[in-house]
Amino acid sequence: MADEVVLLDCYYSMFGMRARVALAEKGVEYEFREENLANKSQFLLEMNPIHKKIPVLIHNGKPICESLIIVEYIDEVWKDKSPLLPSDSYQRAQARFWADVIDKKVSVAGKGIWSTKGEDQETAKKEMIDALKLLEGELGDKRYFGGDDFGFVDVALIPFYCWFHVYETFGNFSIEENCPKLIKWAKKCMEKESVSKSLADPNKVYEFIVGMRKMYYGLE
Amino acid sequence: MGEELILLNFWPSMFGARVRIALKEKGLNYEEKEEDLPNKSPLLLEMNPVHKKIPVLIHNGKPICESLIIVQYIDEMWNDKAPLLPSDPCAKAQARFWADYIDQKKSKEEAEEVKKELIEIFKVLEGALEEKPYFGGEAFGYVDIALIGFYMWFHTYETCGNFSIEAECPKIIAWAKRCLERETVSKSIHDPNKVYDLAMSFRKKFGLES
Repeated sequence: MADEVVLLDCYYSMFGMRARVALAEKGVEYEFREENLANKSQFLLEMNPIHKKIPVLIHNGKPICESLIIVEYIDEVWKDKSPLLPSDSYQRAQARFWADVIDKKVSVAGKGIWSTKGEDQETAKKEMIDALKLLEGELGDKRYFGGDDFGFVDVALIPFYCWFHVYETFGNFSIEENCPKLIKWAKKCMEKESVSKSLADPNKVYEFIVGMRKMYYGLE
Repeated sequence: MGEELILLNFWPSMFGARVRIALKEKGLNYEEKEEDLPNKSPLLLEMNPVHKKIPVLIHNGKPICESLIIVQYIDEMWNDKAPLLPSDPCAKAQARFWADYIDQKKSKEEAEEVKKELIEIFKVLEGALEEKPYFGGEAFGYVDIALIGFYMWFHTYETCGNFSIEAECPKIIAWAKRCLERETVSKSIHDPNKVYDLAMSFRKKFGLES
């Protein structure tokens, strides 16, 4: 029986991109359904009644929500190729830890940079730089966060790369200047088709955020 | 080879309670080191330099941080008994989802004015529990572990908020009492009155007493 895989997503979402990258890594065919977050579909509300958010992966009719939970699920179900999480339990715990750091620090700071101004924005920018430096430290001299192979933490972080242009422009700073190794890592990831085909165009993300700022935050 | 397990904890922490329960479920011997949070030990700062928080599990010298990550680690390392997460990937994803829900909502109950939100959260969880004895079904598992540590704080929430969780969400209380019948749980969570006394002393210290 063929698997039916649907991804409820939004082009700009770095969380949705995580699911896209994971599915591409595993060579899974799926239907991508774009949600309009200002007008959520009945289907989305039914599949994720608790949070009403994307991404939602629907596998043979059953929904899985929360991007990192989705990535782990994909890794477990399609385990015959491209393992994303390490097989060693301790290494797995470390991978989960760093993905959680990305959610707690990078995601929060990122939003602060484009949706606030003045002191709040400066604080968010500093937090972003600190978070990226912390991650750069964890990367060290490895090719990927996963070591020689692209893995869970790489999947968790790489979508933010297409948002760097937004952060740099509104925050008025250069990520490459602060974290050159991280940019080198990102470019390496972008050589993978599973990544380059899953990420949004940074200029489109920028245009989208210009619109969001005006409409929802009163910022030019 | 002997396993050396050390848990850095703070006694009223519901997150530390999760780790205690998981260790006991697996029948593991461990040493618990109580942290004085205003005065964090060099060991804690060394073992969790990123967040500087408890709980931290140190297994043969190697630290694991973040309570749910620790519980999953314990479940995977000692997979020969008392499975905490289901083996089916879909059921596992659901268990992770509910534990994440608890963590996403946890910061909401810190202020007494959000009593209404707290009741709403418990009602959602009651919905997830349905008529099952435990969140995972017949067996005590991951989501039960994620939530039960909060039980020792219920008395504090109820007193500060002037309401009864049992009156609003009887199924949650029935579930909690069922969990407490397990020695792994009753020995892992502290007397709610002691937790209340501590919370009151914090309120006084931070000038919240009226």
